[in-house]
Amino acid sequence: MRQLSRRAALALGAGSAALTIVGWDEGALAAAKEAADEIAKFTGGKTAAKEKVSIELPEIAENGNTVPLALSIDAPMTADNYVSEVLVVAEGNPNPGVATFHFSPMSGKAEASTRIRLATTQNIVVVAKTSKGEFFSGQKLVKVTIGGCGG
Amino acid sequence: MAEKPRLKLPKEAKKGDVIEIKTLMPHIMESGQRKDKDGKTIPRKIINKFTAEFNGKPVFSANLDPAIAANPYLQFSAKVEESGTFKFTWTDDDGTVISAEEKITVS
Repeated sequence: MRQLSRRAALALGAGSAALTIVGWDEGALAAAKEAADEIAKFTGGKTAAKEKVSIELPEIAENGNTVPLALSIDAPMTADNYVSEVLVVAEGNPNPGVATFHFSPMSGKAEASTRIRLATTQNIVVVAKTSKGEFFSGQKLVKVTIGGCGG
Repeated sequence: MAEKPRLKLPKEAKKGDVIEIKTLMPHIMESGQRKDKDGKTIPRKIINKFTAEFNGKPVFSANLDPAIAANPYLQFSAKVEESGTFKFTWTDDDGTVISAEEKITVS
């Protein structure tokens, strides 16, 4: 199956409702849409610039039950201009939300690490918000060998 | 649940240093997605919030979803300008709050 970007998928849906995409995984499409909704709620519909966000994740996660994630935002952390919130969503999980981190000027750096669960191969999207209301984003694809959500 | 969190941070630092803090809370983080052997969904039970403050001022906090792995691990930074006490809290879905404190001397 050819990998469609979300924009392409939406354009297809809007442009030709009659077109049937053979073999398209509807579950994955729904999850990606939910993730997009979550991001839109976070940004208030504003577009996030695709810069300043670095994401460290393994390219291949053999065990989706615990995947190390490190993120850092290359932005100042001063009293009047700092990264205030960072949203992490997983496009292919049953629920896209992973975590929201809240920073303050006392954080010193807008960096955090944790360990996450991934149900399947998917994109992890990170969106950062600054105290001035700017948004930055980044994303990374992780291939998951054994999913980490079901039982 | 009387599990003790694990903390790793320096005991001493210089004024203005950005220090690294590592925390780990032993917890199952039941996702609410798993089913037991009778096919019934096991109810969700996770740590949904973590906070870190220094001398009463917020440094870092996190809202956690079930996609955070069991025994939630969090690493973050803090800029220290004075000696004082870090206070960390973990909030369980059932309302339990576990807290821990650690002192640091800043010269």
